[in-house]
Amino acid sequence: MLLDPATDLRARPTWLGILARADADRIAHCLTDAPALPDFTRLRGPETGMAMIRARMGGSGAAFNVGEITIARCTIRDVTGRIGHGYATGRDLVHAELVARIDAALQNPVLQDRLIDAVVAPLAAEIAARRAAIEAQAQATEVKFFTLASMRS
Amino acid sequence: MAYVAVKGGEAAIAAAHAWLARVRRGDTRLSAIAAAQIVAQLGRAVDRVMAEGALYDPQLAAMAILQAQGDLIEAAFLVRAYRTTLPRLIDSDPVDTAAMRTQRRISAIFKDLPGGQRLGPTTDYTHRLLEFDISAVAAIKPDAPKADPDPAIAATLPRATDLLGAESLIEGEVPSLNEPIDLTMSPLAFPASRDERLQALARGDEGFLLALGYSTQRGYGHTHPFVGELRMGAVGLRITPPELGFAIDIGDIILTECQMVNQFAGSKTTPPQFTRGYGLSFGHADRRAMSMALVDRAMRAEELGEDVSAPAQNVEFVLSHCDNIEATGFVEHLKLPHHVDFQSELETIRAMRREAQATKGAAPDEADNAGL
Repeated sequence: MLLDPATDLRARPTWLGILARADADRIAHCLTDAPALPDFTRLRGPETGMAMIRARMGGSGAAFNVGEITIARCTIRDVTGRIGHGYATGRDLVHAELVARIDAALQNPVLQDRLIDAVVAPLAAEIAARRAAIEAQAQATEVKFFTLASMRS
Repeated sequence: MAYVAVKGGEAAIAAAHAWLARVRRGDTRLSAIAAAQIVAQLGRAVDRVMAEGALYDPQLAAMAILQAQGDLIEAAFLVRAYRTTLPRLIDSDPVDTAAMRTQRRISAIFKDLPGGQRLGPTTDYTHRLLEFDISAVAAIKPDAPKADPDPAIAATLPRATDLLGAESLIEGEVPSLNEPIDLTMSPLAFPASRDERLQALARGDEGFLLALGYSTQRGYGHTHPFVGELRMGAVGLRITPPELGFAIDIGDIILTECQMVNQFAGSKTTPPQFTRGYGLSFGHADRRAMSMALVDRAMRAEELGEDVSAPAQNVEFVLSHCDNIEATGFVEHLKLPHHVDFQSELETIRAMRREAQATKGAAPDEADNAGL
């Protein structure tokens, strides 16, 4: 979905997915070009834990549990009263808290445009570029197998 | 057998651990390995430890490999122990492997697979010659050859088995609303349902799965398998937190999926169809995913009305022995002091021998033959 230029970065699930795939350093770097995030209070976490990864038999059948993955999460309330949630794979508490703070700020119409331009759009472009680079390498390994004609008559 | 605690040996144990630490570090004239290097350069070892440790976290797996001196079972043990310190926050939505951004996608049954076959970063077709010239490795540039990306080629491609499914030539997989059994919450119970079996196989020992899969090919529960499709790539991990009420992606994970297409089954009501075996693994793990798919199919023998005679078809045997953490625990505990148990064995055997000799004393001609 993120390779599609038509993706609406202003949809909350979209920005949460983009922020989760970035890392704390990159987000912090992008924030230097953005308005300061509002002060906040932590409501939950940041904390680490696990999610159980589920899959489907045969890819499309009944669900089964594959194994767990470490995740970090955080919930905050900023001074405007907006609640922000941050979830990301891994154990980086700073990352989860940043996602939660930006999630709250992005719900604020006063801040949304500038945060989309300074943070969400550049991170989305980086994800798209990373994916395009991998896809180009994968396409270079596209293969055609030929069946050889039998020599026997 | 009763276990009796022992005391003592503290100084010896401390000295042994100190020596272990020095051995683990190795020659200090050589630089120490960082966990990040293991993630980057020993990816297949990291994938295996994540799978058998049943926890997806490349950094933790790399730290465990380092701490275990490269002993991957010990590393998986460390990861399993660590995971018990973390709370379970949520279950993910089932991953959609049809939406995988495939780096690798091959099929052994379709020459012209719609969407094409892509080899990805595979060791298939290499000559398996040791590379003595390390300068060649040092000269490797960061990027592999790249095609000019063709936007007409989709990175997400349909599953090859879905093509057979369109003609109903393969049994369908029916989604279910049932909550799957979770082995981390409830112990293994028999008869084990397929969700329970797949979870056990996903964390099972790769060597054990490989050997059992191999045994089915050699005739012990043969299922005539073909690799319908093997794919590896990134899948978005999606959760639906109750406080949000909608689904969000929280990152990407690398998975390997194997769809094994096997011999027919049919009945009076159902025309013959290919049957399925399914394998899924963390990371890039062709061998693990394929072995899992073979064993999954073998364990479906009873459900499909086949004879259950081979080890790989014996659900209780397979599931009770596929976990290498349990296996190593029970095998290796034999090293620990069993002095008291053995003392009782000694007393028993001495008593038995006294009794035997007393009997021989009563019958002297037999004593010569016994050589006592």
